[in-house]
Amino acid sequence: MTTAPAQAGWRFKQPSVIPGFGLTLGFSLVYLTLIILIPLAGLVWRSASLGWVDFWRIVTADRTLKALEISFGTALIAALVNVVFGTIVAWVLVRYKFPGRRVVDAMVDLPFALPTAVAGIALTTLYAPNGWLGSLLMPLGIKVAYTPLGIIVALVFVSLPFVVRTVEPIIEEIDKEVEEAAATLGASRFQTITRVLFPGLAPAIITGFALAFARGVGEYGSVIFIAGNLPKVTEIAPLLIVIRLEEFNYAAATAIAAVMLAISFAMLLVINLLQAWSRKRYG
Amino acid sequence: MADPEIKSYEPVHDNISAAVTESRSARALLMTIAFVFLGIFLLLPLIIVFKEAFAKGVGAYFTSLNDRDTLSAIRLTLTVAIIAVPLNIVFGIAAAWAIAKFEFKGKAFLTTLIDLPFSVSPVISGLVYVLLFGAQAMLGPWLKSHGIEILFAVPGIVLATVFVTFPFVARELIPLMQEQGIGDEEAALSLGANGWQVFWYVTLPNIKWGLLYGVLLCNARAMGEFGAVSVVSGHIRGMTNTMPLHVEILYNEYNAVGAFAVASLLAGLALVTLILKTVLEMRYGAELAATRGH
Repeated sequence: MTTAPAQAGWRFKQPSVIPGFGLTLGFSLVYLTLIILIPLAGLVWRSASLGWVDFWRIVTADRTLKALEISFGTALIAALVNVVFGTIVAWVLVRYKFPGRRVVDAMVDLPFALPTAVAGIALTTLYAPNGWLGSLLMPLGIKVAYTPLGIIVALVFVSLPFVVRTVEPIIEEIDKEVEEAAATLGASRFQTITRVLFPGLAPAIITGFALAFARGVGEYGSVIFIAGNLPKVTEIAPLLIVIRLEEFNYAAATAIAAVMLAISFAMLLVINLLQAWSRKRYG
Repeated sequence: MADPEIKSYEPVHDNISAAVTESRSARALLMTIAFVFLGIFLLLPLIIVFKEAFAKGVGAYFTSLNDRDTLSAIRLTLTVAIIAVPLNIVFGIAAAWAIAKFEFKGKAFLTTLIDLPFSVSPVISGLVYVLLFGAQAMLGPWLKSHGIEILFAVPGIVLATVFVTFPFVARELIPLMQEQGIGDEEAALSLGANGWQVFWYVTLPNIKWGLLYGVLLCNARAMGEFGAVSVVSGHIRGMTNTMPLHVEILYNEYNAVGAFAVASLLAGLALVTLILKTVLEMRYGAELAATRGH
């Protein structure tokens, strides 16, 4: 390091004695380009070649707009449900000692490991009018399977681990002394949690929310079984893409996909900025 | 004299710790909420899979699994995983080596690009290959004239699977190798080892548990992927039907026992994955990346 000449010129790579930079970076870039970038660029290129008029007509079609609204709306609600319950679960798992804590903690990752189709048929069977939960909810007048509520239930399942897993390590890191100081200074437990602890958790909760939301928007496998897939009521955007593909209407499928991608990336960007802001604000 | 003082200190300490946790009733309430939530959303779906699979007895369960199309679906799922997972292992190691061991311009951007597939809907992950290789698409006619089948065939399924499982190994190894630094490798090099020896005898032993962890998650997703594979597979029974797709077909045919029997195999895979993952975290937590659960 000390012998490195003070070069003014632009340098792509810092000098290093470790070998293999060209090989590994070259391979990674080629593989990334072939598997991810070219196919995605193909999607962008195809939707661009549609022409603005056609693109707009497809995207603003009533059925498309409804599908997008359903996808983003249900994903938003599911992510919010997970913010509330996921934070509670994370708190209970870190702070309270109870037998079987490890097992419960491991179980939280089930939605990552369980194939979505399996989750889909299991949830549908549970919430069908004659299912274990469906038959309990039926007398209350609540229908879950084949309604938008069913989509939300499926999305809560698939995005459940995100909030728990992003908030958990932050709760573990909280310095007990901060809480003790707040208590010594006369704060009630509720004040300590809302005024002292929560601001520290906020960035993690926002990150977890963003990940859960992004996952929910794109989810397909678990939703199509429980949703009933009625156009304009319980038809999610990914399903509409599949339907258009099966009709060999590549243009429509491409346009809807492009809109979904654009909105998802825009939201990720906004949420990243929000996170940076809250990190700055709450340190 | 010192003894009573220490003893009298104890209750005070208890008071402090009581001030930094919730009241007994609040604790009970929060635990109840958490358990009921997890019970309804995690435990019940898992139980119902096995309950439905064995609804008509053990005999019916095994009969429905011992079906020609089911067996070919299992074979295809294993084949796809055996091709897709190693591809992503090689990529994951290469990308982690380049990103963690060197400083270069655009590194952060490259890391972001690797995570890209996680923010793409599985359906879109399949769609991009349909656009690339489909009959109406860019390469479609050329492939057809050369007799190469990608879409509605095994190569398409493998590609879609590789796309959705792309980040798993890399994102586990990158933070881990960054944490480990390059000290060990430099030492080995100065002692005369060549590049491959350094990787094989120094780096690989350092990252083996993290690698296994990434492979585990990658494999679970590869075998369970539904949306992306569904779009490119064409759903040809006994030919391009993976296990998750076969679950859908059987379920839509009102063959509940058959659907849940195949589903129970996938649920078993999920449980084994979770158990191995937990064991790795417990025994080798320090040798995994600091990104547990991401």
